[in-house]
This record gives sequence, structure tokens and C-alpha cells, in this order.
Amino acid sequence: MFILRFVVAPIIAILGAIFVGLIIMGIDRILAARMQSRVGPPLRQPFWDVKKLMIKENIIPENAISWLFNAAPVICLAVVSTILLYLPLAGFSPILAAHGDLIVVVYLLILPALAKVIGGFASGSPFASVGAQREMVMMMSYEFPLAIIAVSVAWLLSKVHPSLDAFSLQAIATHPVWGLVKGPLGIVGLILLLVSLLVVTPGELSVIPFDLPDAPTEIVGGVLAEYSGRNYALFYLASAVKLVVLPSLLIAIFFPYGISGLFNVGAAAAGVIDVVFFLVKLFVILFFSVTCVHVLAARLKIDQLVNTYFMAMTAVSLVGLVLIVLDAAI
Amino acid sequence: MPSEKAIKMNRIIKAIWVFNWFNSCGFTELIPVVGSRWDMERFGMIITPTPRHADVLFIAGYQTWKSLERAKRVYEQMAEPRVVLGLGACTMSGGMYWDSYNTVKRLSDYLPVTMYIPGCPPRPEAVFEACVKIFQHVKELK
Repeated sequence: MFILRFVVAPIIAILGAIFVGLIIMGIDRILAARMQSRVGPPLRQPFWDVKKLMIKENIIPENAISWLFNAAPVICLAVVSTILLYLPLAGFSPILAAHGDLIVVVYLLILPALAKVIGGFASGSPFASVGAQREMVMMMSYEFPLAIIAVSVAWLLSKVHPSLDAFSLQAIATHPVWGLVKGPLGIVGLILLLVSLLVVTPGELSVIPFDLPDAPTEIVGGVLAEYSGRNYALFYLASAVKLVVLPSLLIAIFFPYGISGLFNVGAAAAGVIDVVFFLVKLFVILFFSVTCVHVLAARLKIDQLVNTYFMAMTAVSLVGLVLIVLDAAI
Repeated sequence: MPSEKAIKMNRIIKAIWVFNWFNSCGFTELIPVVGSRWDMERFGMIITPTPRHADVLFIAGYQTWKSLERAKRVYEQMAEPRVVLGLGACTMSGGMYWDSYNTVKRLSDYLPVTMYIPGCPPRPEAVFEACVKIFQHVKELK
């Protein structure tokens, strides 16, 4: 039982997330191409990209601090995979539920960006340094709305069910937030929180319009400018897993519903139905908050980005928090 | 049984990443390759922002002595296996600048150009054909 829970299940979760992430990346590229009236690459293109990067030469620049430079991609992929184990995926309880909650997830979400910052500074290239500075600024701006969302949801849960562990993601997922509020004020507050989490998602994934740390046309790939071969492939895989992690967090907080209860089927079939429905939710969220946005928008400047997150999104999520508190008070 | 190198090359053919070193009209004439008419991404080809990620170096247009130095540096920054493609008549013979004192007449005297694509400038179809052929060509060479 111990081996099943702490060895087999994490391996399945991580490999599955890498697979799903790469597939979603392929779908995203095809859809973006179709929206620009292009044909787009085959669905398997991200797999071929990774396979190709694995055989390329792994260059370590002369100016780089080699051990930090090589460690950064490994840390990035490892941390992103670890976050996955704290999240309730497709109706299953988190694998590490007893060892961490929402606060750990919010903290761990900083680390992939931090790994990129370390890699950028360690590569000793001016482009990578600029990218790393931007990554840091961005990280500080989107962490604040994210923290407010986490606090609001936990406060709401602790108010309605004082006996539960309010920060536990499993408790949040089994008691959907929409059922905890009393009136329209609370619903509006939750919608505002949802909007701000939907805006934080593309920032965490650093896609256009929030791709300032990478900015290919501006600072030639930013933090990834000096990476090639296997190291770059690890960053590529980490960004694929991130595509699963962030929507999973959003699903766990706002849409933790399953549809297997509607069908009169056995436990195994219900599990399959839940997994499929989870993937559909994942895909829909990414379609609206990533694919559509990065086709429509152009890259923001760094001050516009900080204003978006630190001013606008913080204000939106704070108003959401205040509305929820008012809703509980009256 | 294909050799190890052949297997590697087959992987790269599926995902060719390109870095452009364009000096002159070659660039404006090759924009359609990225756009919706010819769409290079459907063959897995994308343009990379930095030479570190690239497999193919496109060199288009005439090279002056000064730009040649930069082209060499770009080539040195690329990761193995790497190839160079010369685009257009200018890289082959100097093109319409054949009698200028400061242009490079034949690029392969200075860089290991694997294949030239003739034309002034070449059609996008020719570029695609070259990208398919180039790795086959490299496989045959070694």
C-alpha cells in the first residue's frame, strides 16, 4: 500500500502530466495556427521537439556558473512535478495530502520561476540577465493576487465549516466554494476571484501577453537564451507540466465537480469518466485563458504588466474578498 | 539497421529549428514562409530567437566583410549537429554585387555551407525542399 501510494501513483501522475501537457501544447499550437488561418504543426510536434532537443549538444557557456546553470532546469522540472502531487487531480485525493496544503502550493508556485531566475543569472549572458530580472518582477506582481485568492477561499471554508482544515485542498475540493456563499454578493465576489486567477494563469505560464521573461523578438529568448540540448528540453517539459498544474489548481478551487455520479456505472468506469471530464475542463480553461489570449494580444511592457497584476488584479481580488466577507456578515 | 547518426538525423528532420541571418532582400522575400500562405510550422519548422536553439542557419543575401565576422560568431554559438544553408544568388556568387570591393563572393570559402538555394530570391517551395534534403545530404556525407 505504501509503495502503491508513494511510488507508483506519483510516477503515473508525473508521466501522465508530461504526456497530457505535451498533447495540450500541440493542441494549443494547432488552434493558434488555425486562428491565424494557418495549418499548424501535427499534434505530435512537441514530442518530436523534445526528442530532438535530447540529442542536441548541451552547450555550457564559458561565462556561466556551470553547476547552477545545469541545476536550474532540473530544479524547475522537479518542483513543477512536486506541485502536482499536492493537487487533487480528477477527483482523486492529493497523493501528498497529509504533507501539505494550499499554502505549500502557493509557495511552490514561486520556485519554478525562481529556478528560471537562477538559470538566467548563472548563464552569464546580458539577455538572460534582463530576462531573469523581468521574471523576478513578474513573480512578485502575480504572487499577491494569488495569495489573496488562497486566503479568501480558506476563510470562506473556515467560516462555514469551522471543524474542517480550511487550507487543505482536499477539503476545498470536496466542498465547492459556490455552495458556501449565501447570496448574490458572494457569487459576484467568487466570480471576481475566478477572473483574477484566470488572469494570473497566463502570467505563471509566461505566455503572450505576459511572456516578458522570454520575449523572443526583444531579448532573444530571455532566461532561456543560453540553454540548448538536454537542459532546454527539461525547461520545455517543465512548461508542459505547468500547463497541467495551474488549471488543476483552478479546477480544485472553483470547479471541483465530477459527472461520474450522473452515470450508474462501476467504480473503475466512474474513475475513467472523471479523468476524461477533468481533461475536458483543463482544456476549456486553457483554451480561454491561454490560447485565445495569446493569439489576440501583443506583449505588454514591464510597467503595464506590473500595473495589471499589482494594481488591477490585486484590486479585483481584494474586492472579491470584501464582497465574500460582506456576504457572510449579512 | 540504420546507424546511430541516421537515427539522430531522422529526429531532427521532424523538428527543424531555424535561425535567420538575413542581410538584405532575402528576409523580406522569405516572410511568406512563416505566414499563412506557406506556413513553415506545419512541417515542424519554427524560427528560434537565439542561435543556441537552432539546427539550421539560414544565411541570405550578400555578406560584407564586416557582417561575415558576425555570421561566423552566430555559427560558432550553435549546438551540434548544425548546418548552414545559403539562400539566394548573392551567397553563391555575389549576385548583382559581384564586382563590389567589399562583398563576399562565395560563402563556402568562409563557412561550411552544406547547400545553396539558388534564386534571386528563392521561392518558399525551394526553401522547404532544401530543408528536407539538407539532413539527407548530411547523412550521405558522413
